[in-house]
Amino acid sequence: MHSKSTHDIAAPFSRRGVLAATAGLMLGLASISGAKAADDTIKVGVLHSLSGTMAISETTLKDTILFLIDEQNKKGGVNGKKLEAVVVDPASNWPLFAEKARELITKDKVSVVFGCWTSVSRKSVLPVFKELNSILFYPVQYEGEESERNVFYTGAAPNQQAIPAVDYLMKDEKVKRWVLAGTDYVYPRTTNKILEAYLKSKGVAQEDIMINYTPFGHSDWQTIVADIKKFGSAGKKTAVVSTINGDANVPFYKELGNQGIKAKDIPVVAFSVGEEELAGIDTKPLLGHLAAWNYFQSIKSPENEKFIKAWQTYTKNPKRVTNDPMEAHVIGFDMWVKAVEKVKSTDPDKVIDALPGIEAKNLTGGTSKMLPNHHITKPVFIGEIKANGQFDVVWKTPGLVAGDAWSKELDGSKDLVGDWVGKKCGNFNTKTNKCLGSGS
Amino acid sequence: MPANLSARLCSLLLSLFLIAFALPALAGPFEDAVAKFANDDYSDTEEAIGVVAGSGNKLAFPIISALQDGRLMADPDSKKVYVTGTDGKSIDAATGLAVASVPDSASAVRLNNRLRRSVDAAIGSLTLQSPDIGARLQAAQSVFKSHEETSLEAVDGALAKETNRSVKAALGDARAAILLFKPDATEVEKLEAVATIKARGDQEAMALLTGMGDQPASVTKAAASAIGSIQSSLAVWSMVQNAWYGLSLGSVLLLAAIGLAITFGVMGVINMAHGEMVMIGAYTTFVVQEVIRTRYPGLFDYSLLIAVPLAFLVAGALGVVIERSIIRFLYGRPLETLLATWGLSLVLQQAVRTMFGPTNREVGNPSWMSGAFELGQITITYNRLWILVFTLAVFVILLAMLRYTALGLEMRAVTQNRRMAASMGIATSRVDALTFGLGSGIAGIAGVALSQIDNVSPNLGQSYIIDSFMVVVFGGVGNLWGTLVGAFTLGIANKFLEPVAGAVLGKIAILVLIILFIQKRPRGLFALKGRAVEA
Repeated sequence: MHSKSTHDIAAPFSRRGVLAATAGLMLGLASISGAKAADDTIKVGVLHSLSGTMAISETTLKDTILFLIDEQNKKGGVNGKKLEAVVVDPASNWPLFAEKARELITKDKVSVVFGCWTSVSRKSVLPVFKELNSILFYPVQYEGEESERNVFYTGAAPNQQAIPAVDYLMKDEKVKRWVLAGTDYVYPRTTNKILEAYLKSKGVAQEDIMINYTPFGHSDWQTIVADIKKFGSAGKKTAVVSTINGDANVPFYKELGNQGIKAKDIPVVAFSVGEEELAGIDTKPLLGHLAAWNYFQSIKSPENEKFIKAWQTYTKNPKRVTNDPMEAHVIGFDMWVKAVEKVKSTDPDKVIDALPGIEAKNLTGGTSKMLPNHHITKPVFIGEIKANGQFDVVWKTPGLVAGDAWSKELDGSKDLVGDWVGKKCGNFNTKTNKCLGSGS
Repeated sequence: MPANLSARLCSLLLSLFLIAFALPALAGPFEDAVAKFANDDYSDTEEAIGVVAGSGNKLAFPIISALQDGRLMADPDSKKVYVTGTDGKSIDAATGLAVASVPDSASAVRLNNRLRRSVDAAIGSLTLQSPDIGARLQAAQSVFKSHEETSLEAVDGALAKETNRSVKAALGDARAAILLFKPDATEVEKLEAVATIKARGDQEAMALLTGMGDQPASVTKAAASAIGSIQSSLAVWSMVQNAWYGLSLGSVLLLAAIGLAITFGVMGVINMAHGEMVMIGAYTTFVVQEVIRTRYPGLFDYSLLIAVPLAFLVAGALGVVIERSIIRFLYGRPLETLLATWGLSLVLQQAVRTMFGPTNREVGNPSWMSGAFELGQITITYNRLWILVFTLAVFVILLAMLRYTALGLEMRAVTQNRRMAASMGIATSRVDALTFGLGSGIAGIAGVALSQIDNVSPNLGQSYIIDSFMVVVFGGVGNLWGTLVGAFTLGIANKFLEPVAGAVLGKIAILVLIILFIQKRPRGLFALKGRAVEA
């Protein structure tokens, strides 16, 4: 991979360093102001790529956390202390994520980190958080099969996104034939494994499931779209469940539109296409295709309207969109603040123990709760793409869905539960009554 | 407020009287159905579509077509429904009377995919006898797709009056499709239907025949043989389709690589920033489209034609600057060149990211590059077709330039024997700069075309750089014809492998094949011979 050589150019200036130096030069009080600032603030680490391939998605999340810290400081901070963001740039480079995480925890002494997007970046920082005993809030929908003591998963687990979406298509659109199309990496592969098992348990035959993987950034979709068209002409209603990752989506949808596959013939339901991604696409050919998320900007609720307004004022851009992982950060941040206020300390052990059970309002009018498995409860929405790049909610779950750390559909994981309150274990086997422990 | 009440009662009676008088044909069910649009409930809307479409009312078509275009407004408070015309005037959907304005509380009736299908089917049966041939053809096709038994009468009626040949054929297909699924159709009718569908021979015909469920034995047998013959003809077409996709992929590869064939192939500079020149061309297209969108929206269809020369100039100028400021100090030191241009590519990416933001930028397709047409049983999309044509045009122009212009002659002279060219009075360093500029400019042009099929993001170039080098090395360094043949060979091989091995394995297989090939022929397909090799 090329990414190794990005190390040296990507190392950003430390914001605090520059600030402190400037202040010191101006006032001649460098040492005093520097020392005081460190004691009076609680530091919050932001570990999102600001350069490289993932910058497209992660930059917004960095802005979200800065925005939330700004809002919290206006309310007087936490426990009488102001919050201070420490932003680093892991540059879409997985090993660099681990280095930067270590730097945040040991050098900058942050109390909590909000960060990561791809599963591989999360896996890369996991050992660091365990070793140094710190807290990571991870805001993106992911493949599940994980529950770690130091990580809080505020994005959707597969049972909070993929399974309800398939249910909707099965019941409402009467879909009988399924194309599972994804980018070739861990999230789509695991999700599709879960979906395949789920579909078979619902009586879908093997020949009615087509699974297809493409490389990252795949741009020539002619053959695959033609294959989907062919697969869809077997006289049964067909749908595409897409775990295609960010960049490859634009050419995929363009090809669908150009080959004349309309949503009303073969709908595509996507798990990684949100408002932010649609901002770069001409949405006309996408009309009616679906996405499953726990939040849409178009959902009407007082909380959401207030948030959107404040966000657009903060970013000074009246057109700036909001999306699902942003909401996950809003919930996670709120939960962390509440936990810290509850135990009146930022000590990681105390905060980790305090977090399960904490409730926070989500932006769609409900209240999400942190569960003992470190996942949260969320509502699930299915939205249809509208011509203006927003979504029209066509279906939602009746209540909030609790996130499963371990999928009930897979043989290897259906007996496992994560429970950091009672069992103090992330992978407790309910059949054998044993904790498998780390490393599994 | 008795006065107010009585006034309201009066007006209500008056309007009731007016309705009864003006539209005596209007009965209760139609109005009830129309009111259901205001419930904002998908099943109610579906029911309403069915009743309205089948009502025979004159308002049925305006209502359903307004629903299709999002012009059907419903007021949830008063349960009144309005049709907003394309001219901005509105009528009450239940009565057809003009209204001064639609209340603010009204919003467009929402649709989902299931309803869109019902709307299409309804429009289909309502427009079967439209005076417009295109509308009739579309109507027949949507009836064919939905093949609802209720449309049979309308189809028969239209068939009797139809004079246009292609519409008549489409109606015949629609009729056959309906009969196939009609439980009480006779065996003879069904056998005829199977024969009609078989004659279509396309995937939709396959879909119908495989999905028709329980049928009499003779029909099932006829259908099975029809499916067999369609399948074998589709198999042949799928080969043609693969070949076309291969040509199309090859043209994209060629377009991306052709600039590199100059900078790397002819000049010998390992230019890792080549992809970024492509990206800059794509961003130039974006800027051009932005200006057109805000200032001259009428010119949108010409945006690409305007962007091509601009992208050439922007990327070309940047190329000259890069050559003058970096590359010229590194001639003959390939490793340093590689590292320097690699660093440069990162700098350019981050610069674009800072200027335009990290997210994708929307570059629209002009109308002549959207959609597709059918050629036999394969679908050819316009954007791919135009890119193929464009690539070949660029190739021919470049070839002609190198062969017939003074600059081309100088370029060839300098790259073949620098010292000899210098002693003949050619300003070699000027020619170097221009050659590099030409290669970069062509990469910029490629960016214009690629913006039509790929993301316009700072990472655009990265995804093409490896493929570009592969094509140039495979085709033979220093030979434009080699690049052409190399690109199309790789494109076609890739597209024939992809259905068999999958996209990921297909790509790996191609890489392995190229490595093996380079072992055998290190200089590529078309190796340069003679003195140029040593230069």
